[in-house]
Amino acid sequence: MNWLAKGRLLSLFTLMALVLAGCGEPYVSTLRPAGEVAQSQFDLMVLSTVIMVGVILVVTVIFLIVITKFRRKNENEIPKQVEGSHKLEILWTVIPILLLLVLSVPTVAATFKLADVSPMDKVNEEGKTDALVVNVRANLYWWEFEYPNQEIITGQELVVPTDEKVYFNLIASDVKHSFWVPSAGGKMDTNTENVNKFYLEFDDQKANEAGNLFYGKCAELCGPSHAWMDFKVKAVSRAEFDQWVDDMQTAEEPQAETALAQQGEEIFNQSCIGCHAVTPQDGRPEQARNAPNLANFGERSRIAGILEHNEEELKNWLDDPETYKPGNKMTNTYGDLSDEQLDALTEYLMGLKVQE
Amino acid sequence: MSTYAQKQGFGATIWDYLTTVDHKKIAILYLIAGGFFFIVGGLEAMFIRIQLAVPNNDFVSAGLYNEILTMHGTTMIFLAAMPLIFAFMNAVMPLQIGARDVAFPFLNSLGFWLFFFGGVFLNLSWFLGGAPDAGWTSYASLSIASEGHGVDFYALGLQISGAGTLIGGINFLVTIINMRAPGMTYMRMPLFTWSTFVVSALILFAFPPLTVGLFLLIFDRMFGGNFFDHTMGGNTIIWEHMFWIFGHPEVYILILPAFGIFSEIFATFSRKRLFGYSSMVFATVLIGFLGFMVWAHHMFTTGLGPIANSIFAVATMAIAVPTGIKIFNWMFTMWGGSIKFTTPMLWAVAFIPSFVAGGVTGVMLAVAAADYQYHDTYFVVAHFHYVIVGGVVFALFAGAHFYWPKMFGTMLNEFLGKITFWLFLIGFHLTFFIQHFLGLMGMQRRIVSFLPGQGFETGNLISTVGAFFMAVATIILLINIIMTTVKNERVGNDPWGDGRTLEWALPSPPPFYNFKQLPLVRGLDAYWLEKMEGKKGMTPAEPLGDIHMPNNSFIPFVISLGLFVAAFGAMYRAETAWGIPVLIIGLLITLGSMAMRSIKDDHGYHIHKEDLMDDDDNKGVKA
Repeated sequence: MNWLAKGRLLSLFTLMALVLAGCGEPYVSTLRPAGEVAQSQFDLMVLSTVIMVGVILVVTVIFLIVITKFRRKNENEIPKQVEGSHKLEILWTVIPILLLLVLSVPTVAATFKLADVSPMDKVNEEGKTDALVVNVRANLYWWEFEYPNQEIITGQELVVPTDEKVYFNLIASDVKHSFWVPSAGGKMDTNTENVNKFYLEFDDQKANEAGNLFYGKCAELCGPSHAWMDFKVKAVSRAEFDQWVDDMQTAEEPQAETALAQQGEEIFNQSCIGCHAVTPQDGRPEQARNAPNLANFGERSRIAGILEHNEEELKNWLDDPETYKPGNKMTNTYGDLSDEQLDALTEYLMGLKVQE
Repeated sequence: MSTYAQKQGFGATIWDYLTTVDHKKIAILYLIAGGFFFIVGGLEAMFIRIQLAVPNNDFVSAGLYNEILTMHGTTMIFLAAMPLIFAFMNAVMPLQIGARDVAFPFLNSLGFWLFFFGGVFLNLSWFLGGAPDAGWTSYASLSIASEGHGVDFYALGLQISGAGTLIGGINFLVTIINMRAPGMTYMRMPLFTWSTFVVSALILFAFPPLTVGLFLLIFDRMFGGNFFDHTMGGNTIIWEHMFWIFGHPEVYILILPAFGIFSEIFATFSRKRLFGYSSMVFATVLIGFLGFMVWAHHMFTTGLGPIANSIFAVATMAIAVPTGIKIFNWMFTMWGGSIKFTTPMLWAVAFIPSFVAGGVTGVMLAVAAADYQYHDTYFVVAHFHYVIVGGVVFALFAGAHFYWPKMFGTMLNEFLGKITFWLFLIGFHLTFFIQHFLGLMGMQRRIVSFLPGQGFETGNLISTVGAFFMAVATIILLINIIMTTVKNERVGNDPWGDGRTLEWALPSPPPFYNFKQLPLVRGLDAYWLEKMEGKKGMTPAEPLGDIHMPNNSFIPFVISLGLFVAAFGAMYRAETAWGIPVLIIGLLITLGSMAMRSIKDDHGYHIHKEDLMDDDDNKGVKA
């Protein structure tokens, strides 16, 4: 009968996995795992859910028997006063302990596996790691992604190769945030005083299904615009990634081509360049980099992490960022912009590209 | 002699409550104040759900939303759930052990007024420049960065009310250790008294870390300290540890009395003694003990490393074992019993599946590696509302209906009670069940709004609809309370007919001295044992004699008021000229009234034997 029990358990697992996998969008749901880390976490969710559904079933059966069978029928009845039962009590102490042992072994194994960031320490002769490392710096309502080996910096949109482990150094520059890409794996806090390390992996096929663009979020309350501190993860093949890195590394100072864009560049150089860099190689120390790098702004998928990437929304954002992200650090750092100035600035910013 | 017999003027009644040291009246004060804050916290919850009903909603602004979510959590935990639990502890525990009052009636009053002034101070922030907005956890980097005085209100208000809680906890410990009636051994104490005992010990050890943490926060924000400023050598993770070393036991401080109330209700309305009493006691103590070993499971994503995370994961799972023991014992208490589905029993029965659902997600959250996905999402929100609402709030509703006759001498309407129950039960599951899935689908918690296109729309709308069911249920309960109070149909000693423990041997409400003669306790469920032998009441353990009673005192109110005043001085110290003087005046009021209490002897008074004999014979213990 053992195979039968096994078969049942297996089918229960499959059923549970199917039910859970039906939930959510492929680019944001933890129930549609798109990589090794999220997958191992999803497997643990399914395992614990199956065990717990088992517990719930046992409780429900006893519960239903009790509340239907033992209703008071006669106002004078006095039931037998039972002190307890050692056999039963041992039974419902030992069985849960065994169930928890079954759960705790894979828990501990996975916890150690997901914490293994040893490739980050293996430095080759050039002083760089073979593994891909990204330094994530969380700031009030925006994210900076620095690739130390490639010596490039970008903001708001993380670009990663699929089918390999990407290692992260995480820190916050103002208050605590938390770095989370639900489809790819669990979150890790960005503390203010220490660097946290972990890794994620993005599956090529799953990335395709999700349109190669995953949602990233801040998961720790950080102020009024916590809800809108989103970023995006562009997961592309290794070849495309190498191409992108190459484009970023060789990107020149941006050249404004049209007259309008030149006008925009002028405004930018007066009002914005103190915080925003427009080349992927930004030599300034991180304290000075207090706004997202805009080198490939024209190629991103969102404005400020949340708005549709079009000229209309860009103008809205530039005109009044406070409406979209209250409490952000950009509001009031520049004067009011006229419609013409907004047009010019938009033309210039949308032209900031590295890949063409 | 009985004060209840005398017709008092309104002003005299108010003065009586301001100065009372009677545990039964203090219980009523806790019930009223806690009930008021419960409604405030409930309104805040409704604002949250209305705001999240549809994507990109702008019902409340982002900054205001953070204030509402912070105050919802803080109010519900510190100012609603805790005092309401204290209300039942005060009302019932001294009666259950056969005592005439708690060990320190004066301190009991002081504990209440400290809580009350702390709570009022915290809520005044709404009118004085904005409420705290760093979450009820008030994590250091954000709480230090938070502008305005909101977080100052949080730190000072909780400090004052926390002192009250600590005093209350110590008082209950001493009471249970020293004031049990003859024959009331530890292993004959009702489960609610046991849980009060364990919880008081938890308060004793859990509140000091909070006190220290809050002092550090106060120093950092108001006096230029740098405990949490990492650029000055501080560390924010320390706050997380201190907060959760308090915060995790705190959730057991809330849930264990709930377990106690349900244990009484299951036994009463099944007409059966609690199944596995000794293992229930053991499980309660074990949960309390393990509650201190698991705080870092709130910090799995903080980056403590795999060793710490694994240890805390396994320790957390271990708590499921004693909790499971309790669930099965409750079900087997009902097994073979004679169950009557009164309103309190309905709440108790519904608690089992609701709490099991919250418990199993607790075990899921203990799986550290998977928690990286759950942490700070709506999955966690669903989990803790399943345990806190499905456990604590259900128990408070159950306890309110169950003990109402004992506290007020009249019974809440059963029909309205059952309507409240069904509406609340349906609303509760509608609101919170779907939130598990919202979290798993990628919705992080504490967000003012969500963008469309992520699959969160339906779930949030369902959740909001459910919240309205709970609101209507609460309104019906209020109507029930008003109607019952107006009708005021008096009831006898044991209005449910199935009372098992000592409190049901007394009139409803009991006379102010509780027991004319202390009862002799001959076993577990002392009153039930006597009833089964055909007796009408308890056998007295002492001859009729004079009873020593404490005098009422206005000093606790003044001590608390002084701290309330001083807190304003401390907060506005830096920006106003009157800050320092007010701080000093406030502290002088407190210290002065404490000195007065110490210098002036207050020996209380005696009720003389003759007066007791004159008293109506059905008050106190029948010989």
